[in-house]
Amino acid sequence: MLTKRIIACLDVHAGRVVKGVQFVDLVDAGDPATQAARHAREGADEIVLLDITATHEGRATLLDTVRRTAKELFVPFCVGGGIRTADDAAQVFEAGADKVSINSAALANPALIDAIGRSFGAQAVVVAIDARRDPEASDPVRDAQVFVSGGRKPAGRRVVEWARVAEQRGAGEILLPSMDSDGTRAGFDCELTAAVSEAVGIPVIASGGAGTVAHFADVFGRGKADAALAASIFHFGISSARSLKEELAQAGVPVRLPC
Amino acid sequence: MIIVIDYKAGNLTSVLKALRHEGAEPVVTDSDLALVESAERIVLPGVGHFQATERLDATGLTGAIRAAIARGVPFLGICVGMQWLFAGSTEAPEQPGLGQFAEQCTRFAEGQEKVPHVGWNSLEVQPGSRLLSGVEAGEHVYFTHSYKAPVSADTAAVTHYIEPFAAAVEHGNVMGVQFHPEKSGATGLKILSNFLAWQAKGAAC
Repeated sequence: MLTKRIIACLDVHAGRVVKGVQFVDLVDAGDPATQAARHAREGADEIVLLDITATHEGRATLLDTVRRTAKELFVPFCVGGGIRTADDAAQVFEAGADKVSINSAALANPALIDAIGRSFGAQAVVVAIDARRDPEASDPVRDAQVFVSGGRKPAGRRVVEWARVAEQRGAGEILLPSMDSDGTRAGFDCELTAAVSEAVGIPVIASGGAGTVAHFADVFGRGKADAALAASIFHFGISSARSLKEELAQAGVPVRLPC
Repeated sequence: MIIVIDYKAGNLTSVLKALRHEGAEPVVTDSDLALVESAERIVLPGVGHFQATERLDATGLTGAIRAAIARGVPFLGICVGMQWLFAGSTEAPEQPGLGQFAEQCTRFAEGQEKVPHVGWNSLEVQPGSRLLSGVEAGEHVYFTHSYKAPVSADTAAVTHYIEPFAAAVEHGNVMGVQFHPEKSGATGLKILSNFLAWQAKGAAC
C-alpha cells in the first residue's frame, strides 16, 4: 500500500540549519548534513532543504551544503530557494538533489516548469505555492490567493487555478505552505489542502501548522494530503519522525516505519 | 568494470553515489560501445519519458547491450530502464524496447487514485529472487512513475497501486526495478549490493 510521506524540512541560512518565526530571531539548529542524516535514520521519507537567504552571493555556499548533505543521503532530497533559471536547477541537481522546489520564479516565468521538466523529468519539479485564504471572498478556500515575497505580497492568482496550471506545465508535485497556519502549531489548513489535492492529479504536500500527531492524521484524512512537511516539530529533538510515524500507524494512517 | 549508461534521461548523480557507497567504481558512458563490450555489469537508470530510450538505438548501445546480456553480463534497469527491457510502452508506441520480456508497459488506469504513483510502497518479493534476497515482506521502496509493467512469470516483486504491477523483474542475468533503489534507504542499498554481488550460478567467486 502506498504510504503517506513525512517530509523533514530544513531551513538553511549561510550553511547552517536555522529555526525562527517569520525569518526573525533565527536560532542555530545544527549542520544540514548531520540533521538530514538523522531525520532519514529516524524514518523521514524525504528531506527538503530550503535556502532562506537565497542571495546570489550565497549560491556557492548553498551548492556546497547540498553536496555535503546529499553525500550520505539515500532518500529523496529536494532543494528550494533562489532557483530562478534552468541553469540554477541544473547546478543543484549536479550537487546531488533529486528534486527542486520553485516558487516565485515559476510565477514570474511559468515556462521554467516545462524547461526543468524537459531536462530532468517531471518528478524532479516541485512547485511551491505560498497560499493564504481570502477572507473577503464568498468562498475563502476556493478563492485562496497565491502570495510571494515570503508571504507579504499577493501574486494576483488563485491557488487552485495556479496549481492546475503548474500541473499542466509538467510539475511533478505541489508543495502548499499555508501562510495562515504557518508557525501557529494549531494544525494544517485541511480545507485548503483538500481543495488543491482534489483539483490536481499530482501529489500535494501539506505545509504549515504542524503541532501534534493528530494534525498529521487530520491532513492525511480530511486534508487529502499525499505528504506533509514537518519543520519545527522535529527540531531540538521535540519529536522524531519515528515517534510521529509510530503514533500515526496506531491511528490507522499507512506509513513506512523505520527499521 | 561496472558501466552506467547515460541516455540523457535525467540525473545520474544519485545512482552513481549509491553504487559507490556499495563499493563499486562505476564508469559512465553515453556512446562508447567498446566499453559496453568489456563491461562486467551494466546499469541502465532513467527517469522521464520512454521515448528517451530512442537514443540507445541511435548510438548503437541497444545492440551492444543485447550482446552483453547474451554473454551473461548482469544487467540492471531502473525505472524507465526496467520498462525498456519489455517489448515497449504505450507511452511511446513507436519506440520498441529491448524485448527481453514479451509484455507491454501501460499507464495506470485513471480513477480515484492519483497518477503518477509517487512515494514509498511495499514489496511482495516472489520466492527465489536473488536480486531481492534479504528483503523482508513489507519493506518499502520509493517509486515515482505513471507507467508500469504487468505481473508475469518473470516478476520478482509485486507492488499494489490501483492494480498489482511488477515492481521488479528477474530472469537469469537480466534484472529490473521499477522503484529507485538509490533513493530507497537501507532496503535500496541492499538491493544494489545484491546486484553487485550477483554471479552466474556455478561461476567461481
